[in-house]
Amino acid sequence: MKTQFTISVFTENQTGLLNRVSVIFNRRHINIESITVSPSEIEGIHRFTIVISEIEENIRKVVKQLEKQVDVLKAFYHKNEEIVFQEIALFKVPTNLLASGGEVERIIRAHHARVLSVEQDYTIIEKTGHEDETQQLFEELKNYDLLEFVRSGRVAIAKPMKEFKQYLVEMEEAHETTNQL
Amino acid sequence: MEKLIIEDTKATTTFSGSEALIQCLLAENVETIFGYPGGAIMPIYDALYDYQEQLNHILCRHEQGCIHAAQGYARVSQKVGVCMATSGPGAANFITGLADAYIDSTPLVCITGQVASHLLGTDAFQETDVVGISMPVTKWNIQITKTEEIPQVLAKAFYVARSGRPGPVLVDITKDAQIGKAEFSSYKPCTGTRSYFPETPVDPEKVKEAAKLINEAKRPYVLFGQGVILGDAQEEFKAFVEKGGLPAAWTIMGLSALPTDHYLNVGMLGMHGNYGPNLLTNECDVLIAVGMRFDDRVTGNLEKYAKQAKVIHLEIDPAEIDKIVHADVAVLGNCKDSLRMLTEEIEQQSYPEWLQLFKDCDQKEHEVVIKEELYPAEDKMMTMGEVIRIVSEKSKGEAVIVTDVGQHQMVAQRYYNYQKWRSNITSGGLGTMGFALPAAMGAKVGAPDRQVIAVIGDGGFQMTIQELGTIYQSQIEVKILILNNEFLGMVRQWQELFFDRRYSFTEMLNPDFQTISKGYYIPCEKVTERANLEEAVERFINHEGSYLLEVLVGKENNVFPMVPTGAGVAEVRLS
Repeated sequence: MKTQFTISVFTENQTGLLNRVSVIFNRRHINIESITVSPSEIEGIHRFTIVISEIEENIRKVVKQLEKQVDVLKAFYHKNEEIVFQEIALFKVPTNLLASGGEVERIIRAHHARVLSVEQDYTIIEKTGHEDETQQLFEELKNYDLLEFVRSGRVAIAKPMKEFKQYLVEMEEAHETTNQL
Repeated sequence: MEKLIIEDTKATTTFSGSEALIQCLLAENVETIFGYPGGAIMPIYDALYDYQEQLNHILCRHEQGCIHAAQGYARVSQKVGVCMATSGPGAANFITGLADAYIDSTPLVCITGQVASHLLGTDAFQETDVVGISMPVTKWNIQITKTEEIPQVLAKAFYVARSGRPGPVLVDITKDAQIGKAEFSSYKPCTGTRSYFPETPVDPEKVKEAAKLINEAKRPYVLFGQGVILGDAQEEFKAFVEKGGLPAAWTIMGLSALPTDHYLNVGMLGMHGNYGPNLLTNECDVLIAVGMRFDDRVTGNLEKYAKQAKVIHLEIDPAEIDKIVHADVAVLGNCKDSLRMLTEEIEQQSYPEWLQLFKDCDQKEHEVVIKEELYPAEDKMMTMGEVIRIVSEKSKGEAVIVTDVGQHQMVAQRYYNYQKWRSNITSGGLGTMGFALPAAMGAKVGAPDRQVIAVIGDGGFQMTIQELGTIYQSQIEVKILILNNEFLGMVRQWQELFFDRRYSFTEMLNPDFQTISKGYYIPCEKVTERANLEEAVERFINHEGSYLLEVLVGKENNVFPMVPTGAGVAEVRLS
């Protein structure tokens, strides 16, 4: 059965690597639901967070193929219950909807959304949460004059995971042993 | 083995990116480059002009020819093959060869010129995003836009190409990086990068587990692939199967790792493999896969593949474990090490009754298929099998056989009596028609002391026929055997068996190959009658220099046995 998985990939900061990573999913006709790339806590190492829905056996194979790439240091996969994750969504609504008070203001408060910027014509609202939460806010706001909506990819940190730094130390030790052989 | 990059240059440490590149190639002990010049790589060719004494450049007739030649060279010599082309169409013509080398794990460093960096992304003349388009078919690839990066990148390119499971690497160098000058110091070969683990040290515990399974087995069965050859482990492999008394069958990439007539070599696996090796896959109790990847042409229908057996998988690439067939015991690492360790752990054994089953199957296959293929009745057209049999006899099984793709490929591999390792060069995973002629040139350059015979069908020959020009110009001694059935034989066979004999675009109206060969000044001969075959093959083998022998074989001959698509290995058909 297909389940949602989050794959974290740690890589060297190399031009074109995004392409190399995405090709592995393309080849197996796996749709990437979201992808986020950012620097990690270690200088020079980038972190990809990729969300896909697949059967676990295929995920395992994909992760091995990711790790096989020369510039990939390590790849992990986790089920949703094994990670803490968030997404951010931004909404643009006409300011006059808020100015008149009433329903929209109530919705924003109820969702614990935040007003980021108020201009004469429009207001930008931010909501951070899981996809179903930002989606719920979207569903409610779209009944009003919603001008724009955008949602980021997922960022995630695994609950029980060893810190990547630790892996890096182990990998460097492994290299030393191999070089001694 | 640190070499100075400034070696052989006038007393200066400043030189162009192009010259730096050539110095790097020399430092990596590159002897031969297969290449084709063009606009965006002209600075490198200009630098090469001064190094003709040290570096042998072979001008091919098409970039696909360059890369297949580099593949043939690498496969026969265990060195990294190097090829070079210009940007745009030149680079794009490498793609088929890259895909072929990637799927067959051939170490290559392919250098392409690129438009100047300020023109990148502007649809400049002969600009192609070759790094982008080659990404899925390279082990690693990179673009260099700065002159000073050249040595470091080249060092990594060679390291990645040859280490672990080998593969092709493409290095794209912008014209300004070739022209620019920089200060260079010594060349440091790459010995590792932190993100890349070429091979895992063998886990002795896994070896023990594997040995236990083998020692308890009643019907153990070994499948070997190219990993044995790539790991330079043919001696270790032989010692392993001999101590264990293990019947061993080969994938087409593993062929020649064990002599064809070795008493434990039970034959070929897969769609057109031998009867016993396919049938008995489903009779063994322990399946020991060594350096092979369970290609679908080997396994047939996976639902019906070796379900009864425990599987041991010796493999260098972790991504291959459980990819197709679940391994009960996976022994990661170089099989040169794991085989040696495993041999120590297993008991001296023999399985005469089990081996007899293979012999019985052989007997049956001989009666139904082989006898007629190798010794056809006098009134029948010549068969590919009898030609290969005679070639094998006359060359004493010692030649390097380079095959193209199709019926002749299967027949050559089935019936040539391979005596030496690294003697089978073929396009296995990708099935690239047009591979053989250029790969044979490369093989001859890589192994000048060996007889190299290219076996090619009339279809594949015409895909890279232009390389006859390279053979002529560079005086490369290649024996070219054209098995001409005036059809795209393998496709025709499928049309006959599975598409109601609807021969859709498989019949070929061929040119006169003799005239073409003569046009390239290559001695040639055509055999149309069986009576002339043996003597013609003798002339072909003994001739000094290149020679083209064309043999007209039966138009509608089929290759059997056969495991039809979708069928299990045990459903192998003899007719």
